[in-house]
Amino acid sequence: MSSEVRLFIDGAEFRVPAGISVAAALRHAGYEATRRAFDASPRAAFCGMGVCFECRVRIDGSERLGCLERVTDDMDIRCDA
Amino acid sequence: MPELRTEILVIGAGPAGIAAAVSAERAGARALLVDMQAEPGGQIWRGQWARPTLAPARQWLDALRGSPVDARYGLRLVDFAEPGLAVFDTAQGAVRVRCERLVIATGARERQLPFPGWTLPGVFGAGGLQVLVKNGWPVKGRRVVVAGSGPLLLAAAATLRAAGAEIACIAEQRRTRDLARFALSLAPNPGKCLQAAILRTKLAGVPYRRNAWVERADGAGRVESICLRRGARSERIECDALAVGFGLVPNTEIARLLGCALHDGAVVVDEHQHSSVPGVYCAGEICGIGGVDQALVQGEIAGRAAAGAATASFRLNIARSRSAHFARALRDAFVLRDELRNLAGDDTLLCRCENVTFAQVRGCRSQREARLHARLGMGHCQARICGAAGEFLFGWDAEATVRPPLAPSRLSCFTVVRSESTRQESP
Repeated sequence: MSSEVRLFIDGAEFRVPAGISVAAALRHAGYEATRRAFDASPRAAFCGMGVCFECRVRIDGSERLGCLERVTDDMDIRCDA
Repeated sequence: MPELRTEILVIGAGPAGIAAAVSAERAGARALLVDMQAEPGGQIWRGQWARPTLAPARQWLDALRGSPVDARYGLRLVDFAEPGLAVFDTAQGAVRVRCERLVIATGARERQLPFPGWTLPGVFGAGGLQVLVKNGWPVKGRRVVVAGSGPLLLAAAATLRAAGAEIACIAEQRRTRDLARFALSLAPNPGKCLQAAILRTKLAGVPYRRNAWVERADGAGRVESICLRRGARSERIECDALAVGFGLVPNTEIARLLGCALHDGAVVVDEHQHSSVPGVYCAGEICGIGGVDQALVQGEIAGRAAAGAATASFRLNIARSRSAHFARALRDAFVLRDELRNLAGDDTLLCRCENVTFAQVRGCRSQREARLHARLGMGHCQARICGAAGEFLFGWDAEATVRPPLAPSRLSCFTVVRSESTRQESP
C-alpha cells in the first residue's frame, strides 16, 4: 500500500497522505476556504463530524462532505470557493 | 436499489452502537451496523479502528472485528420508506435496509453559539478540530485557541498539542468554584480521575483561563485573531485557528422522525433502553449526555433487549448508576453563563446555511416562526447548528417533528420511495 494518494482538486494534481479525510486533503493542498456562502463569504470545515455541511464539495461528480470521506487514488474534488 | 435484510439494524457505530450490535449477536440475533463515517468508532474513538491506543476501544473494536456483525460504513439515513424499511444515501447510490427492530445510537454533536466572526475559515468546533486532526488535518506549528465549555476542551487541546499545534490558551467560560465542584464529583470514579490526571500532564504549561470566553474572531478570509473576555478585560490573541464548543447536544433527528418521545432534548427510554415507539431502542448520548462509559452500558443493554435476551445484570446496573452520577455532575458543572447570549451583533449570522442574521429573527417566538419568517434552519444542515443555539439564546424549543429527508440526498433515494407509494394509490 502506498503511503500517498494522487488526486485532483479543481483540476490540479496533488499528492496527500493516504487514509486522511478529503477535508484534510484540501487543507494539505493549501485551501483555506472550500465554499462560498450566498454573500460570497468564505467557508470551510467547521463541525468536523458531518453535521454542519460547511465542508461540502463535489467528489467524482456528486456532492459529499469532505469530513466524512476518505481520499482515494485519482479522486476528483471540486470546490466552490 | 440494493436491499439488505436484517433482524436488528443499529444506526451509529460509536461505542453505544458497537456495543449494541456485538451484544445482539452474542445473544443470538443477526445485526447490521451502519454509520455515515468511513469506519467505526464514532467521534470519541476516531482513528482507533486503524491504530487503537485506548484499552476499551481496542476491546470493543476487536470484538466487532471478531463478530459476525455485518458492518457497513458511509451510509447516511434519509428516511423510512415504510416502517422497518430504512433508506440510506451512500457515495455509490441509495441503499435500503429492511429490519425487524432498530437500535438508534447516533451520538451527539457540539453546541455552537454564534459570535462575530464564527463563520470564518479556521474557526472550528473544539471536538470538531480534534476529529479533523485525527483524520489528518495538519495543525503542526499552528497556533490554536481552544475555548467554550466542558471537559471536551481539555481532550481536544491534548490531541491538538500531540499533533504539533501550539495551544495559545484554553478558555473555559465556567467559574472556578463550579469547576472545583466538578473535580470533586469525580472522586468516586477512579477511571475519570486517572483521565483527568493524564490530561493535566499532556497539557502542562498550557495557559488555562477560567471565567473566560471568546467575544469575536477576526481576519481576512480566515481567522487571524480572537478577543478573549475575562470579567472587565478583553484581550486580543493572535492565532491560526479557534476550536470552540459549548458542550454536547444529542443527535435525535432519527429518533424524532420515528416519533420517539423526548424529554429535555434527549430520548426517553425504559430500563431496557426501549423508546416510546415499539421495536425502537436507543442508546448512548441520544438518551442524555453521559460519556463513553454510559454509552457502552446502554449499548449492551439495548443490544441484548433488542435480541430478546435478559438485560438485568449486577455488573450493568453498577456501571449504569456510576455513569449516571457522572452525567449529572457534568450537566451541573458546565452551565452556560448569561453573557454568552449577548455575543452576536445584528449582522452576526445565526443560520450559517441560509445566511440568516440575528436582526432578521429578533422578536421571533419560536424556531418555527423564524423558519417561516426568515428561512432559518432551512438549509443543508436542517437547523442542526442554529437549532441548538436558538434553544439557549432565545429559549426556543427544538422542533418536535423533523421531516424527511433528514439530509440532502441524491435523487435515487426518493424516486423509489415515491414510485412505490404512488403505485398503491394509482389504479
